[in-house]
Amino acid sequence: GRNEYDLLVVGGGSGGLACAKEAAQFGRKVAVLDYVEPSPQGTKWGLGGTCVNVGCIPKKLMHQAALLGSALKDAQHYGWNTAQPVHHTWSVMAQAVQNYVKSLNWGHRVQLQDKNVKYFNMKGSFSDPHTIRGLTKAGKETTVTAENIVIATGGRPKYPLHIAGALEYGITSDDLFWLKESPGKTPVVYYLFILHVYENTVSISLTGASPDVSLECAGFLTGIGLDTTVMMRSIPLRGFDQQMASLVTEHMESYGTKFLKRCFPTKVEKLESNRLQVTWKNTDLGTEETDSFNTLMWAVGRAPATETLNLETVGVKTNSENGKIIVDANEATSVPHIYAVGDITEGRPELTPTAIAAGKLLARRLFGQSSELMDYDNVPTTVFTPLEYGCVGLSEEAAVQRYGSDNIEVYHAYYKPLEFTVAERDATQCYIKMVCLREREQRILGLHFIGPNAGEVIQGFALGIKCGATYPQLMKTIGIHPTCAEEITKLHITKRSGLDATVTGC
Amino acid sequence: SVQAHKEGKPQKLLEMNGQTLMPHSYDYDLIVIGGGSGGLAAAKEAAKYEKKVMVLDFVTPTPLGNSWGLGGTCVNVGCIPKKLMHQAALLGQALQDSRKFGWQFTEEVKHNWMTMTESVQNYIGSLNWGYRVVLREKKVTYENAYGEFVGPHTVKATNKRGVEKLYTAERFLIATGERPRYLGIPGDKEYCVSSDDLFSLPYCPGKTLVVGASYVALECAGFLAGLGLDVTVMVRSILLRGFDQDIANKIGEYMEEHGINFIREFVPIKVEQIEAGTPGRLKVTATSTKGDQIIEGEYNTVLLAIGRDACTRNIGLDKVGVKINEKTGKIPVNDEEQTNVPYIYAVGDILQDKLELTPVAIQAGRLLVQRLYAGATTKCDYVNVPTTVFTPLEYGACGYAEETAVEKFGEENIEVYHTHFWPLEWTVPSRDNNKCYAKIICNIQDNERVIGFHVLGPNAGEVTQGFAAAIKCGMTKEQLDSTIGIHPVCAEV
Repeated sequence: GRNEYDLLVVGGGSGGLACAKEAAQFGRKVAVLDYVEPSPQGTKWGLGGTCVNVGCIPKKLMHQAALLGSALKDAQHYGWNTAQPVHHTWSVMAQAVQNYVKSLNWGHRVQLQDKNVKYFNMKGSFSDPHTIRGLTKAGKETTVTAENIVIATGGRPKYPLHIAGALEYGITSDDLFWLKESPGKTPVVYYLFILHVYENTVSISLTGASPDVSLECAGFLTGIGLDTTVMMRSIPLRGFDQQMASLVTEHMESYGTKFLKRCFPTKVEKLESNRLQVTWKNTDLGTEETDSFNTLMWAVGRAPATETLNLETVGVKTNSENGKIIVDANEATSVPHIYAVGDITEGRPELTPTAIAAGKLLARRLFGQSSELMDYDNVPTTVFTPLEYGCVGLSEEAAVQRYGSDNIEVYHAYYKPLEFTVAERDATQCYIKMVCLREREQRILGLHFIGPNAGEVIQGFALGIKCGATYPQLMKTIGIHPTCAEEITKLHITKRSGLDATVTGC
Repeated sequence: SVQAHKEGKPQKLLEMNGQTLMPHSYDYDLIVIGGGSGGLAAAKEAAKYEKKVMVLDFVTPTPLGNSWGLGGTCVNVGCIPKKLMHQAALLGQALQDSRKFGWQFTEEVKHNWMTMTESVQNYIGSLNWGYRVVLREKKVTYENAYGEFVGPHTVKATNKRGVEKLYTAERFLIATGERPRYLGIPGDKEYCVSSDDLFSLPYCPGKTLVVGASYVALECAGFLAGLGLDVTVMVRSILLRGFDQDIANKIGEYMEEHGINFIREFVPIKVEQIEAGTPGRLKVTATSTKGDQIIEGEYNTVLLAIGRDACTRNIGLDKVGVKINEKTGKIPVNDEEQTNVPYIYAVGDILQDKLELTPVAIQAGRLLVQRLYAGATTKCDYVNVPTTVFTPLEYGACGYAEETAVEKFGEENIEVYHTHFWPLEWTVPSRDNNKCYAKIICNIQDNERVIGFHVLGPNAGEVTQGFAAAIKCGMTKEQLDSTIGIHPVCAEV
């Protein structure tokens, strides 16, 4: 028989909704299935996906709360009488953030309605290549058929299940933003499984790697006054430029976040006081240590939400190691008429804007006679740690690997934001690095910026890089004064020269 | 022209006290008159090529007796203190926002002008000092003296105590910048302050009348209001002349909605003192530009920000034949910053038809010196220079204003894309949801190349800088569309 819908999207997050709404613009019959499986702690949320509910949005708002804490300190230097004590109330912040997120959930539902997209609050799984079986919370079943199906179910935080107590007592980012009460003294565990290298390992190219949840959360928790510790087995911000990653963590350390480096937890127990006792191994010293915390948050990676989709029934191929759906440049899976976008897809950056763009372009190719493919190169990204890090293009090490250190030129500068002067803030980690090809044209391969408003700074330059910007073109661009971004147009000291890269503003 | 100099073009010899100066026995290779952004950048660059350089810098005190150190307008009475005080005002707003984000502190928050001004002046002092150190390190001779031409290749330097010295040089660079204009009405010089005085005012200005609609006027009015002062802006006609008027109006509207009073189409005709003090009380009488109406108002401080005049009338330019625009005082130069006198160059705010911006002066100064002494050929690129107005709602721009684009290309040949946006950080504290705005202007006939970029919102400068680089690379609308946004930031809009 005929399929009920032209397009059925499973997953109402950034990618899914963008795809659905775009398809509806072409007058197509579109439906979206969205369902949030409660977290092990019982947290759930409305329409909109990770970004809106438990990702970018609440993260940036809480990051802003932390930044405002710093602003309060700065303000005194600028003449405002904000005397100590100043303190922060979690519940006020959390409620404000949660209210805003709920308004977005509502907004999305209204938008779908306005665009005549049918919304089902149901958990979907495949019955056959054109049929999805939807299950409501109450267990009621509905069958939906569609000509094309887009899987955009995203990912959920992983738990290190081999650690005793991990599941019962730990929370994840899914829960953090919805806590009604302050998490108190919190350790954030950033635990990387050692990558076992097999002969036929697929190397994961992490250009535009997804920002680091643990560092961002640890950052804002510290900023609002909580005693926060990050435990990590190996390196932070894997996939990012490692020099920049060190500067970021260095800053966090001076900011007050504690780090337990090269440690991994072995068990979690609950104490009578309701606090949690965490035991861990310190691989450097070979010792076992223990401490108690109010909250333990796991940030050990995200797993794609593919288990309950029944992909095997229809033959959609996934990466056997990580479970992600394999797609081609068209976002097509191994099964005709079944596509996938967003965090669930293999080899793509786990970012909202890429999911949205991919979803939109897919809809245009399916229904709008477009042939434009998604360009995943040079995707800019920002890590919203207390001192922000924005980047686009290749890390220095990736550039060296690809072209050889003799064929690249790295320009860099340590600078001081004007606003830090009167505020007497430490600018030690405010740093910019631009990686270029060395040959005549000096095309820019990568740009890295640590400082305030890093996202705002990098965005425009990402555009320039998409236009093939070269170092000489950047030097021809006159700076805006006084800003931090202008320092990029003034980069002139190379790493190769060995000269001191500290620049003075005026 | 550089070749011509080196090959002994006939020089006019100066006779002074019977002595004749021979070419190639000049005291200096280069004398820079004016130690501001352009002048210092050029001097430091020239020193790199082992040239013998002198910088003459002198600050004629303001009518109220105010003066400052080495560094020019930007460092002392421009960009730097302006941005710091703007930051102080932004922090005031941040304090209010922070309560919504869960922060708790004293209910009544007040601002102390002296604390802020002291901090700002201390920082400026460190910059003045820093410049003196750098010049010393680079072996650039610096004299705190007023320089003026007295004859070919010769300047007279007069210091604070009136001691005069003569110096000769092969080449000169005029970089004397500008100073605020006065109205020419009774009481203006005696009782009014300008931006030259504001940033070091030793008392809180209190209830302030800002006269003018320049970016200086609006930026100052903006931060004064942000610090909690009662501010009124008196505007003769339009806001931000020369800028995109659609945006200029949005800026004005925003300021009005946030407590700044505007008196439109009036000009002051006299300022009288009611009571002396720090601050005192002043009575301002103003007349309408559209009729006979007269109004009066009382203020603690009157800040004049009606424009700036080039410091070119009293530096002896007539003695060496350098032509200036008699009406504006500005110096016309060719595309190599050369005046009509081949060995005399000029950079910075005094140039005719060039943007009055620090980075432009610095770039022009540096490139000029590289051409003179390092065999370079690169000229300063004055096209698509980005700029930012640091009003309470910041405005970043690069390229054409909408009306200018329409005029140049015709309305049918341009496409304007625009959007309002709500910064995420403004949501929780319930700040305006329809004020931030971005627009790009594209040339349809040239592949929809982006010829104008305008953004009104927080951190506009940081946002605009990168887009300016992209515009320099010839960005088109299509390229803009295909670039992925960073999320969530304002710039992704």
